[in-house]
Amino acid sequence: MSAAKSKSGDFLLAVEGLTVSFDGFKAVDDLSFYLDPKEIRVIIGPNGAGKTTVLDLICGKTKATSGSIKFDGKELTKLKEHQIVHSGVGRKFQTPSVFEDLTVFENLEVSYPKGHSVMGALGFKRDAEVINAVEEVAETIFLTEALNEPAASLSHGQKQWLEIGMLLIQKPDLLMLDEPVAGMSVTERKKTAELLRVITRDHTVLVIEHDMQFVGDIADRVTVMHQGKVLSEGSIEHVKSDPKVIEVYLGH
Amino acid sequence: MKSSSPLKWFATREGLYFVALAVLLVVLLPLALDPFRLNMVGKYLTYAFVAIGLVMCWGKAGILSLGQGVFFGLGGYCMAMFLKLEASTPEATAIQSTPGIPDFMDWNQLTELPWFWEPFHSFSFTLLAVIGVPVLLAFVIGFAMFTRRVGGVYFAIITQAIAAILTILIIGQQGYTGGVNGITDLQTLNGWDIRTDEARTILYFVCVGMLFLCLFVARLVQNRKLGRILVAMNAQENRVRFSGYDVAAFKIFVFCLAAAFAGVGGAMFTLIVGFMSPSFIGIVASIEMVIFCALGGRLSILGAVYGALLVNAAKSGFSESFPELWPFAMGALFIGVVLAFPNGLAGLYQTYVMPLEDKIFKRNKGAQLEAKPAEKAAEPKPTAEKTPDYDPMIDSYSPEKS
Amino acid sequence: MFDGYTSSELMSIFAMQGFAGLSLFSVFVLMALGLAIIFGQMGVINMAHGEFMILGAYTTYLTSGFFQSYLPSLFGGYFFVAMVLAFLICAALGAFVEWLMIRRLYHRPLDTLLATWGLSLIMQQAYRSIFGAREVGVDLPEWMMGAIQVTDLVELPINGLFVMIIALSIAVGVYFLMYRSGYGKKVRAVVQNRPMAEAVGINSAGIDRATFALGCGIAGVAGAAFTMIGSTGPSSGQAYIVDTFLVVVFGGAQSLIGTIVSAFGISQAQSTMEFFLSGSMAKVLTLLVVVGILMLRPEGLMALKVRR
Repeated sequence: MSAAKSKSGDFLLAVEGLTVSFDGFKAVDDLSFYLDPKEIRVIIGPNGAGKTTVLDLICGKTKATSGSIKFDGKELTKLKEHQIVHSGVGRKFQTPSVFEDLTVFENLEVSYPKGHSVMGALGFKRDAEVINAVEEVAETIFLTEALNEPAASLSHGQKQWLEIGMLLIQKPDLLMLDEPVAGMSVTERKKTAELLRVITRDHTVLVIEHDMQFVGDIADRVTVMHQGKVLSEGSIEHVKSDPKVIEVYLGH
Repeated sequence: MKSSSPLKWFATREGLYFVALAVLLVVLLPLALDPFRLNMVGKYLTYAFVAIGLVMCWGKAGILSLGQGVFFGLGGYCMAMFLKLEASTPEATAIQSTPGIPDFMDWNQLTELPWFWEPFHSFSFTLLAVIGVPVLLAFVIGFAMFTRRVGGVYFAIITQAIAAILTILIIGQQGYTGGVNGITDLQTLNGWDIRTDEARTILYFVCVGMLFLCLFVARLVQNRKLGRILVAMNAQENRVRFSGYDVAAFKIFVFCLAAAFAGVGGAMFTLIVGFMSPSFIGIVASIEMVIFCALGGRLSILGAVYGALLVNAAKSGFSESFPELWPFAMGALFIGVVLAFPNGLAGLYQTYVMPLEDKIFKRNKGAQLEAKPAEKAAEPKPTAEKTPDYDPMIDSYSPEKS
Repeated sequence: MFDGYTSSELMSIFAMQGFAGLSLFSVFVLMALGLAIIFGQMGVINMAHGEFMILGAYTTYLTSGFFQSYLPSLFGGYFFVAMVLAFLICAALGAFVEWLMIRRLYHRPLDTLLATWGLSLIMQQAYRSIFGAREVGVDLPEWMMGAIQVTDLVELPINGLFVMIIALSIAVGVYFLMYRSGYGKKVRAVVQNRPMAEAVGINSAGIDRATFALGCGIAGVAGAAFTMIGSTGPSSGQAYIVDTFLVVVFGGAQSLIGTIVSAFGISQAQSTMEFFLSGSMAKVLTLLVVVGILMLRPEGLMALKVRR
């Protein structure tokens, strides 16, 4: 499932001239940015800046009006959602969306990248390989103890981790997380930061986050969005001291 | 969830529920009922095929089709066309102005068999068509709708419109279809007279056999990962999609599966009842099929069988003694099932009877294994065969297209 | 299918069938308006809508009988009394039904559909028990009989014209209610963001009940109007329900203008084709085209402009 890594020097993800308009309103306006392999990039910006829309566009939930999204050399704008997933892009939603009626194990199993066609799902068997992969991911996301619990019984933070785990088991090259620590306790936040650090050893991560403390903890680089455009980009210190950013975002 | 040997499966709780149903249908009812009544039960069972399909499609995957009568009817008409052609030999129809074509065509001044009737001279083609035609139509509808993310009430309304269209079409084109009377006066199947008591009893058993075949197919689907995806899709469509599944393909599959079941049921209906007419496939008939499934328990394939049996038996009972009360009872059933017990009889069984069973099972395991099926079957009770993985309280809400 | 007609003959045929289609158009608009309010604003499919309409029709039937027996001098105006009564009775029953079942099912639209179907069965059978299976008709007041001669070929019956005027006035009324009144603003607020609407003090449960009652009340008025152009039987409502749903969906569920445009298009298409084909084939073709278009454009005709 995991696609070949991009050639050295190439970007893993190249977004260029991306525009989407709803009813004449440009939610994302001629946006360009580039991700290096293994980078943690955080997108910040005031409400309505178009952050979530960017993730929607990359994962195919929303179709771009114009522009291109090149991932590992492939053009994503022409693919369907499940094809984008198969090419190595995983997406976590803002509110945790796990399968409440299934156990943690089953949640991870469903996400395991095998048997995704109708016939494949009919013939899918729970073999040692699957069990190993599930247990491995469960350990990463601190849920080994809860494997047989129904997902409905997890805490909010645990559900967020489970959803991240459901992405990890797909072995994506790019993980996109929409506000992964929203609604989490302080300890859960710390653990999540730790989790993200583990994840980035093998993955490129694109995060939307509001919590500046957390952003400072994890980000390699930060992209600040405002009104569908990139306002500033660079290290956390760089953007924090950018007067434009201070005016529209941090100053408030 | 599954035991290693197929024989051991019959001793599991789920296996026992299947055995109980089999004992009821294969032993008890044939012993208790005269051939006429048994034939009636056979007719009710043909609706169970549709109800099983609806469990998969509506209960599990959240796709409510109000047009299952269409697939039931297509399967039934395919079979009826074959039987009608067999009954319309040139000798048997010598008094017609054009001998050798079905009588209703002659009455409507047709002088030639229409082209689409020709292949139905072949029995093997007919068998293929009984499943193939409904599945093909389901595929076309499903493909058009699900790839455009049409779901929920929109889908329900459009399938209902399709049921209306097909009914009007069949009634309007009586020269080709037999019109409002349907295709009647069917006599033999490959030379075997299907109107005798003996033939009807045999057909009843064939029907039961086919029903169990469909039940096992449905069970296979629901117990595999495929079934899990269907349920997951109903609750969290986007998460399934962004876990790398082509949601539309899964919906098309389950809709086609339901159509195939309905087609088989329709063909059995034609054989058992001896004719096919548009009144069994229209809007009203189609939505009634949903209540069979809802009463039995929308998540339970075995419940669907009991639901179809009970509603139809009640309908016959009422129609014989208080025909004017039946619509009230039916209406109350729709409202009651939805408001008071959305998981139908299977849900009630799960809540009230299963805990008792648990006690009995624990107390003396061995002795119960033999006594159980007969005792249960004597009084048709709905059963719930759901795997413990799922919460029975999932409701049918399916997110609208956004 | 146009073989053998000259173009001037075709013009007359289209004109004639076009006028004939207008009465179907009126029925569609009347039924679809109530349905569109309930479906478009609340997402509820009311399968018993046709039966609410018939309730209005029976109310009119009873009112006309009452006037005939007790107030023959005022017979010319009974229709207006009946219309008000039909509205009130249907709205009251609608509010009751909303309280009894609909409000428990807002998150389960498919279940609402099934429950209201059950309701429709009960209402139909109740009509059958009370009024008999036969269709009943009302006597038209004097002033509604006759026709206006437009050309040699085309004449407009006054009752048909009257019903159309009622249909369009109700449409205009609904438009003002929904888009120009405080109530309409609240309804739209609830549709768009229920928690927020509640937070600013809108009684969303009350709005739901009022909206459902209003939709049912309009169905009642539709039924009253229906008696002027057709007779009423226990299952007359069901005969139109699928067509009307298609009208609403085809027009785009949240667009009143769309509903009216699609009612016009569908009724005209059907009526025109009826001249050339048998009635059933005209209906099959119309429905097929509508279903086909809906498969390609599931969002309906007018919604295209609103969304995206």
